[in-house]
Amino acid sequence: MMRLPPFTYVAARTLAEAAAALAEHGADAMLVAGGTDLYPNMKRRQFEPKVLVGLRGIRELAGVRGSAREGLTLGAGTTLAAVAAHREIVTHYPALATAAGLVSSPQLRNMGTLGGNVCVDTRCNYYNQSFEWRRAIGFCMKKDGDVCLVAPGSPRCWAVSSSDTAPALVSLGAAVRLVGGGGERTVPLAALYHDDGIEYLAKRRDEIVTDILLPPVDGWRSAYLKLRRRGSFDFPVLGVAVAARLEGAVVRDARIVLGAVASRPRLAEKAAAALVGRRLTPELIAAVAELAAGPSKPLDNTDFTHPYRKKVTRVFVARALRALGGLGDAGRAVEAIA
Amino acid sequence: MNPQTVEPRMKARIALSVNDQPHELLVPVHKTLLEVLREDLGLTGTKHGCELGECGTCTVLVDGEPVLSCLALPVELEGRRITTVEGLAEGGRLHPLQQAFAELGAAQCGYCTPGVLLTAQALLAAEALPPRDRIREALAGNLCRCTGYTKILDAVELAALRLSRGARAGAGR
Ligand SMILES: Cc1cc2nc3c(=O)[nH]c(=O)nc-3n(C[C@H](O)[C@H](O)[C@H](O)COP(=O)(O)OP(=O)(O)OC[C@H]3O[C@@H](n4cnc5c(N)ncnc54)[C@H](O)[C@@H]3O)c2cc1C
Ligand code: FES
Ligand code: FES
Repeated sequence: MMRLPPFTYVAARTLAEAAAALAEHGADAMLVAGGTDLYPNMKRRQFEPKVLVGLRGIRELAGVRGSAREGLTLGAGTTLAAVAAHREIVTHYPALATAAGLVSSPQLRNMGTLGGNVCVDTRCNYYNQSFEWRRAIGFCMKKDGDVCLVAPGSPRCWAVSSSDTAPALVSLGAAVRLVGGGGERTVPLAALYHDDGIEYLAKRRDEIVTDILLPPVDGWRSAYLKLRRRGSFDFPVLGVAVAARLEGAVVRDARIVLGAVASRPRLAEKAAAALVGRRLTPELIAAVAELAAGPSKPLDNTDFTHPYRKKVTRVFVARALRALGGLGDAGRAVEAIA
Repeated sequence: MNPQTVEPRMKARIALSVNDQPHELLVPVHKTLLEVLREDLGLTGTKHGCELGECGTCTVLVDGEPVLSCLALPVELEGRRITTVEGLAEGGRLHPLQQAFAELGAAQCGYCTPGVLLTAQALLAAEALPPRDRIREALAGNLCRCTGYTKILDAVELAALRLSRGARAGAGR
């Protein structure tokens, strides 16, 4: 049996209780929602918290409020299965429903939460391994060691942002509400991330993600495509989220966000800017896809080779744009399995 | 009042409902549901595979929904209804899913079978006659290394047919 290490469990019933427990135990404490990222990582001793603060008993964290016209508020404790099946989200924020519905497997989507998904740990072939494996090869700087095994000369960690919903949410212009000892703040979700494999979250340890806020839909369309080896279970090796507002065939606004190509979801800003004010033609789509793949510099630390991932970035951006423009030949709109 | 806190060396007193039977347990808080089912309750029908969420063989139902017992903590499941494969047969009679799996050879080594049966049961409880694609989708979190899946899908379809006929016959009576 691969067992969890012992820990103290605090069953918080309110946000105030959870925040107080985090403040009291400092770096020894971690939050747990669905546990589907945390517990496997604890079993492999990637995390060794002495105290777990359970969020499940906090009622105000679960559920979706609002409407597409005014914007939706999604409690951080809402399960991925609930997000993927929510009518308003499926109809008006399809990139999010698709991304949530492509996370791992049905069982994990029944357990895993949206809050846990936006905070999910970064991943790397040299890190997501058992303790014995990591000891045998020599620990890396993300846990127990001091070098990066993907880029040994590197001063930083290159572990990869592997959330499916984060790129989709950033493309939709989502914001996140955080509550901590110091009060409450709401920031764009894109500002929750650092491009660093270790310090990938730009939030204080005692801050709890309480809600994800989606802006009014206001004519935006969206799509998400995911690359992974198998049609189930696997984390994204590439995620492409595209959202755009069109007037007729002319693009008014656009966001293109790449997942699993850096330690944070990466906005392809030049590519998105090249769309604005132009008609969505096959030529424009091809040029924009090329631009979007340009800054993506995947490292060799996930499944598939990095030249292949870069090539697929181009293909997926083009497919997503064709889908948004209602142009035929959008390919498999949801997912490609190589 | 302080939130309920369980220290690492302390055992937690937990009330669990498994297959409609109430249990009072005294277990370390870091023991997973999978470990408690197998080691404390002697319910070894629930299998352990990867223990990391990557295979689905440890699937049980919590309030009718398939979840992975290797990543669930009993302390978080008080007051919920847990169903394991031991809870499928009724009064010594196999559940129609079990019957169909046996008849069609949908189990070879059988290691994935408890998890597959429970996931399929949850699907059939929600949808009487799901098309094959839906069955495939619902079972996408249960790996099988033996059967190639075809016979599993056949058996779920057969069981669905028998269950819905049974339900109709029952309603007609
Ligand atoms: C086999 C397997 C496959 C997977 N495949 C995918 C995949 O394809 N795509 C994907 O995106 N993920 C995948 N995951 C990861 C994980 O299941 C999901 O990301 C899930 O959404 C995590 O949510 P959770 O509630 O279980 O988080 P937890 O495990 O409870 O927490 C994850 C992290 O977030 C923190 N956290 C949780 N809630 C909050 C909060 N409200 N505020 C602040 N911090 C919080 C925790 O402290 C922890 O660091 C996979 C996991 C496994 C085991
Ligand atoms: S043993 Fe739980 S998913 Fe493999
Ligand atoms: S029958 Fe052997 S794993 Fe499925």
